Amino acid sequence: MADEEFIVVIGLEVHCQLDTASKLFCGCSADFRADAPNTHVCPVCLGLPGAMPVLNKKAIEYALKVAKALNCRIPEEGEFCRKNYFYPDLVKAYQITMGDNPLALGGYIEIEDDAGNPKVVNLTRIHVEEDPGRLVHMGNKERGHYTLVDYNRSGIPLIEMVTEPELSSPKEARRLLNKLRATLEYLDVFDPEKEGSIRVDANISIKGHERVEIKNISSYKGVEKALTFEITRQKNLIRRGGTISRETRHFQEGKGTTTSARSKEVANDYRYFPEPDLPVIRVSDWVEKIALPELPDARRDRFMSQYGIAVNHARTLTGDLHLAEFYELVAPVGAQIAASWVADILIGELNYRDMPLSKVTSHADQFKELIILVRDQKITDKAGVEVLRVWLDSLQTEGAPESPAGIVARLGLTRESGESFRGIVEKILAENPQPAADHKAGKKGALNFIVGQVMKETKGKSDPREIHAMIAEILGE
Amino acid sequence: MNDIYNAYLNTDEIPGSKTGSLAGVRVSIKDNISTKDIETTCASKILKGYIPPYDAHVVTLLKAQGAVIAGKTNMDEFGMGSTTENSAFGPTLNPRDVTRAPGGSSGGSAAAIAGGLVSMALGSDTGGSVRCPAAWCGIVGLKPSYGRVSRFGLIAYANSFEQIGPMAANVRDAAKLFSVIAGHDPKDSTSVNKPCDGNVVPEISGKTIGIPKEYFGEGVDAGVAAQVRKAIGKLEELGAKIVDVSLPSMKYALPAYYVTCTCEASSNLGRFDGVRFGPEPEMNLPWHDAYTKVREAGFGGEVRRRILLGTFALSAGYYGKYYVKAQHAKQLIAKDFAAALQTCDMLAGPTMPNIAPKIGELTADPLQMYLADILTVPVNIAGIPAISVPCGTAHGMPVGLQLMGRMFGEETILNAALAFEEAV
Repeated sequence: MADEEFIVVIGLEVHCQLDTASKLFCGCSADFRADAPNTHVCPVCLGLPGAMPVLNKKAIEYALKVAKALNCRIPEEGEFCRKNYFYPDLVKAYQITMGDNPLALGGYIEIEDDAGNPKVVNLTRIHVEEDPGRLVHMGNKERGHYTLVDYNRSGIPLIEMVTEPELSSPKEARRLLNKLRATLEYLDVFDPEKEGSIRVDANISIKGHERVEIKNISSYKGVEKALTFEITRQKNLIRRGGTISRETRHFQEGKGTTTSARSKEVANDYRYFPEPDLPVIRVSDWVEKIALPELPDARRDRFMSQYGIAVNHARTLTGDLHLAEFYELVAPVGAQIAASWVADILIGELNYRDMPLSKVTSHADQFKELIILVRDQKITDKAGVEVLRVWLDSLQTEGAPESPAGIVARLGLTRESGESFRGIVEKILAENPQPAADHKAGKKGALNFIVGQVMKETKGKSDPREIHAMIAEILGE
Repeated sequence: MNDIYNAYLNTDEIPGSKTGSLAGVRVSIKDNISTKDIETTCASKILKGYIPPYDAHVVTLLKAQGAVIAGKTNMDEFGMGSTTENSAFGPTLNPRDVTRAPGGSSGGSAAAIAGGLVSMALGSDTGGSVRCPAAWCGIVGLKPSYGRVSRFGLIAYANSFEQIGPMAANVRDAAKLFSVIAGHDPKDSTSVNKPCDGNVVPEISGKTIGIPKEYFGEGVDAGVAAQVRKAIGKLEELGAKIVDVSLPSMKYALPAYYVTCTCEASSNLGRFDGVRFGPEPEMNLPWHDAYTKVREAGFGGEVRRRILLGTFALSAGYYGKYYVKAQHAKQLIAKDFAAALQTCDMLAGPTMPNIAPKIGELTADPLQMYLADILTVPVNIAGIPAISVPCGTAHGMPVGLQLMGRMFGEETILNAALAFEEAV
């Protein structure tokens, strides 16, 4: 069976923790990650008998911001309800969530498809709900000695965003998540740096076959991996003549595989009904008052018009709030060169080091100094990259970082004019006659080898364009 | 304390103080109201040993007014029953005739007052649980308007119906206790800002009292009906205008009530799994089996029956047939009451259709027990306030006159009840 006969359909349910100061239904602090288990708890989030929920308005305000930013329709009334099921991390044996009357309906997110064309992915709904506690298994899963429960997370506000099944590939899913993350960050309602702050359930099917749900994937990378694995598994099964059964599967982060969940866990009837302890929420007046900041797409368009940079650069730079802010800080040294140095070079170097951008943002002046050195041709591009590397390393060590100018001086990386390298160029041409011969025979790019050798010999202090010109001159062209 | 009626589950007292409107007054608390550092069981084995780390809002208010917290009273397990026989710790006896039940589910509170052990107590009323034992023990009991008293700390049975209510030997004491517990509490999102100053005056003259014909229909004991008619005659004598009214939707009251309250109960009681309180589960079992064992052993028969009924009514395919229909009926009933109370200042009728049953008489047949709530349940569905005040005896046992008021109109029915009490 040819591959194009497999049409992949993906829908996501994305849960993000809203970055409020307190929990959704009580006054307990939501900033629990650094603290001992069961220290951010009270009768309400422990589900003690008689305790009652009181809605944290900030969480609703945050969720409304998201709904507005994602172009949703916001009904007059939203209603909390109970989703009933037993599980040791669920204190009340029900989760307060929203059912038939969620906070927002519809809406859409714009992404690029795998060919780079704009694609609109529609949303089904957005609602707010409480996070359960967390189980900590002692020993391994197969032969655990016992399980501990930490209720610090119990009652943390979550926003659940459900997409229509309109995504066609794991990469699209990843892009949607990135876009969503950026939007939430721009709205200042979500902190992606916090562990477990995003969790995704993915529905995936191959057209004409049953749908499988992959539950509780806790990273962006994990979503892409889980979906990729699942597509391969399903395709192989279909090729072998098997049938896909409608089931829930768990993603094994470490192995990058999915495994079938026990059917007992899936056969839940959640018995939804309205939460009698919380009045219906009326949001229409509220929605009017919510002002939205500039969002990623608007900022991307502004970057293109204001700084005249290319769409790819603009998209990358605005895909992360802090990156966009950093770029705007650096752009005065030259919008184009700054875009290229931030989007093409800095990000790669940071990723390579697994270093957060925040380490650099507090030393933006030194980064600007580096770009100015390159812009004013005091050092070559290649030397600039080397200076950047040394500088980034110095940022990760104790004490004040070494300034780019200082690094240039210490390593002797100041750009020198091509004339001073004439001897080296002549020597390398003499030692390597073949490339010049190839070049004369009309082979394109044959001289790149010579240029590379010269660059190596001059430790990057020479400008490749100058060297090219000099070789041409020596060869009598 | 010589608790010969088994009115108490716990007689620990917390001393009061010398200041406040209840300075030094002993007030007993129904055992479904959380009391800090005092075991609170809802008369259930599943909460045996549970000591709340916090006070219910009403208990905080009582303490602030100097009241002595005078023990925790017996009840039907989780409030599920009308006789206080469904207690895991044995039935409470009716001080007026110890071969009879005191009514329920706040039977311990009513018996403690009727037996002279305490002058005031708190009960809770989900479908009549304050008014029924008040009527059967011959004391006063008030079910406040929904939202007027904070439910924070009241261990929920059916959230959308219940209110904590004052019980006392006379109307003035009931009003005083009510004035302490009424008012807004930000910890209960359904609570409203309607405090009460507690100043009751005997006042009935010129008021219009509606008599719903359904309150004297089939199943109402002739002796009880005669006493209540006599009481209504007394109200007329005192200057009230008596008019006939009808509440046609009342026939839906019991089904709507039992569907909604079992649904809510099935969800509320899910948390009793042995993990954080109550008897410890068996650690060597898978969690699902351990939960099942704890719940099987910990809940009594009536509680299990209501959990199963509610679970069934909420399950896929039945929700629309039961829960949704019950909410629709609730609206119709509330509309009937609102219409009647537009022309009338209050409605009057018997609190209970019968006198207190013999111990064991009602528990044998749950359906008979449910039917006993027919005259109290509609008030909880409508959310309005109602008071039961003693009005003589039938067959040698107390009969309660029920006065039902407009939403947040507690003062009007308290004043009327006081006028009646002083006149007889």
